Amino acid sequence: MDIMVAVNELQSMFEDMVTARYYEERLQEEYLEGKQPAFDISAGPIPGELHLAAGQEAAAAGVCRHLRDSDTVTAPHRPHHVAIAKGVDLKRMTAEIFGRRTGLSKGKGGHMHLFDPDVNFACSGIIAQGCPPAVGAGLAATKRSEDSVAVAFLGEGAISQGAFLESLNLAAVRELPVIFVVEDNDWAISMPKDRVTDVDDGSQRAGGFDMPGVRVDYDDATAVYDAAKEAIGRARAGNGPTLLEVQVHRRMGHFMGDPESYRPDEDKEAAQERDSIERLAADLRSEGVADDDIEEIRERARDRVDEAIEWAKDQPEPGPEEAYEDVFVNPPSGVTTEEPSHELAGGDD
Amino acid sequence: MAQKESQQAVERELTMSRAMVEAIGHEMRENEEVFYMGEDVADYGGIFDSTQGLLEEFGRDRIMDVPISETAYIGAAVGAAQQGMRPIAELMFVDFFGVCMDQIYNQMAKNTYMSGASVNVPMVLTAAVGGTYNDAAQHSQTLYGTFAHLPGMKVVVPSTAYDAKGLMHNAIRDDDPVVYMFHKRLMGIGWMPAPDGPKTPVPDEPYTIPFGSADVKREGEDVTVVTLGLHVHRALEAADDLAEDGIDAEVIDLRTLVPLDTETVLDSVEKTGRLVVVDEDYRSYGVTGEIIARVAEEGLADLEAVERVAVPDVPLPYARPMEDEVIPGTEDIEAAIRSARS
Repeated sequence: MDIMVAVNELQSMFEDMVTARYYEERLQEEYLEGKQPAFDISAGPIPGELHLAAGQEAAAAGVCRHLRDSDTVTAPHRPHHVAIAKGVDLKRMTAEIFGRRTGLSKGKGGHMHLFDPDVNFACSGIIAQGCPPAVGAGLAATKRSEDSVAVAFLGEGAISQGAFLESLNLAAVRELPVIFVVEDNDWAISMPKDRVTDVDDGSQRAGGFDMPGVRVDYDDATAVYDAAKEAIGRARAGNGPTLLEVQVHRRMGHFMGDPESYRPDEDKEAAQERDSIERLAADLRSEGVADDDIEEIRERARDRVDEAIEWAKDQPEPGPEEAYEDVFVNPPSGVTTEEPSHELAGGDD
Repeated sequence: MAQKESQQAVERELTMSRAMVEAIGHEMRENEEVFYMGEDVADYGGIFDSTQGLLEEFGRDRIMDVPISETAYIGAAVGAAQQGMRPIAELMFVDFFGVCMDQIYNQMAKNTYMSGASVNVPMVLTAAVGGTYNDAAQHSQTLYGTFAHLPGMKVVVPSTAYDAKGLMHNAIRDDDPVVYMFHKRLMGIGWMPAPDGPKTPVPDEPYTIPFGSADVKREGEDVTVVTLGLHVHRALEAADDLAEDGIDAEVIDLRTLVPLDTETVLDSVEKTGRLVVVDEDYRSYGVTGEIIARVAEEGLADLEAVERVAVPDVPLPYARPMEDEVIPGTEDIEAAIRSARS
């Protein structure tokens, strides 16, 4: 591949990716604590569903490398790698996943509902429902004549959802600065892509909305970087949206506890072999980066993740009474508690 | 329990999911126009075991994995039902109704009426409901009141395997749309342990339980507890605890919200004079208010005390201490019963 990407950019992507991978491995360990020998979803330090993104790092790293804090990202139920690449506060995100008071959402959201307004990051646990808010962020930027962009991440299962298709159309017709990034990990929980859509290449959906559709066939961070550079540049320049699909791989099941009995062994093995992180490490070596330097990045990533997890576990849990806070930001009465008196014509008193 | 076996007592016990699946399988064998559509209902067997084993027997044409396009496939169920077929469509989590509600409440629920009953919609919409496992605000609701509020659909909420089977047979055979809401915590899924109670003896043969017939799950003299779903079991546990203190609570399982068996509730309140309504849905504008209003309308003279126990009007929080706070627990029910009695 004759893509030219600056070495420091490659290194930054590599760091995001190894951070995300190690993060998911550590969360897996933490999640399974208390769930042995019998798996009980509500037991252990991290209860509820947990959707890990190991194998999908290249999409997040390659796209988010081009983003600024002021650019908006919406992520789906599998958000950690995107959050890390977008620069979400790792400690507070981890505290949220552990349900702690100092978490991003004070323990109210959990791992599918991470919000970090400092870097304009948000999630939704409902398939494709992050797309319309991304369009809204693009609309806001356009109205305010700002050059920020919005990126909606979604899985390939989401490309048959109305919210996605409606968002493509609205973004296209208003030429909004929005990039839709489909992470194609081949599986919508247990449903393979060819069972739920007749197109192999999800970026073909773009054609019906007269916007560019691009597919990166292999989860190669540099190829994603290159494709995203063009799409984001186009959006930032005011030339409208792009649909970008990236082939990724699901290495840890749909959610922790997924038996994956529906999935052929060859497919599971293939996902383990196609490792975008090792591929990028090889790219770094061929660019002359020393093994020691690569290892140093890995160590830095591990230290940062371990530190975030240790910090999070030391944080206090929210009190029960905190459940009643944060439903609204204004008082129930709105911005006033007093109704002015007006003389209205036509009263019959 | 409602079942009264005239001959030999039934011994075979099933989980609630097995009982549901048994009814679906039976109806599919009897009527080739019954089919099931949903996400992950084929190879996976339903995320909450709602279709476990059905693919092997009936194949992909009748146990249909569908795209994540709820508007399309639930609407397709409406259309196929109007053609006279008997589709069952599954909404994986009831919380996802937001993406497809028009097909549910404007099409499925209204076409019969709007057509002057020249058209009818014999379909079942199944949906997993409920919290208690820290899945946060978008995956933990019951939304019982939301569906029951909108006219034109029958709303079924089983709490035991026995009820689940009999209500499912009736749901599939009914010529009207039925929303069948099964609580995840009751299904008997390996990774989400059920409380004692939902696993019950279930007859092999098919049987139908009429809608609108509440079941007195525990008889008592002092306080009437009206509830449904998971909270039937929490109320029974509370009643057992209180029996040790000489408080005799009656526990009524509504089993269906539409139609609602007001009679059984009124009869009980006439006896006890005290009403406690327990719901895993939001407190305001919901099941608790409706039950209390019906008793107030028709049995006000009998009513000496009223308590309601429900989710306070906040979205369901993720972290354990907060979720435990807002979803009614056994001790909350006990406190309400004591309060109603004092």
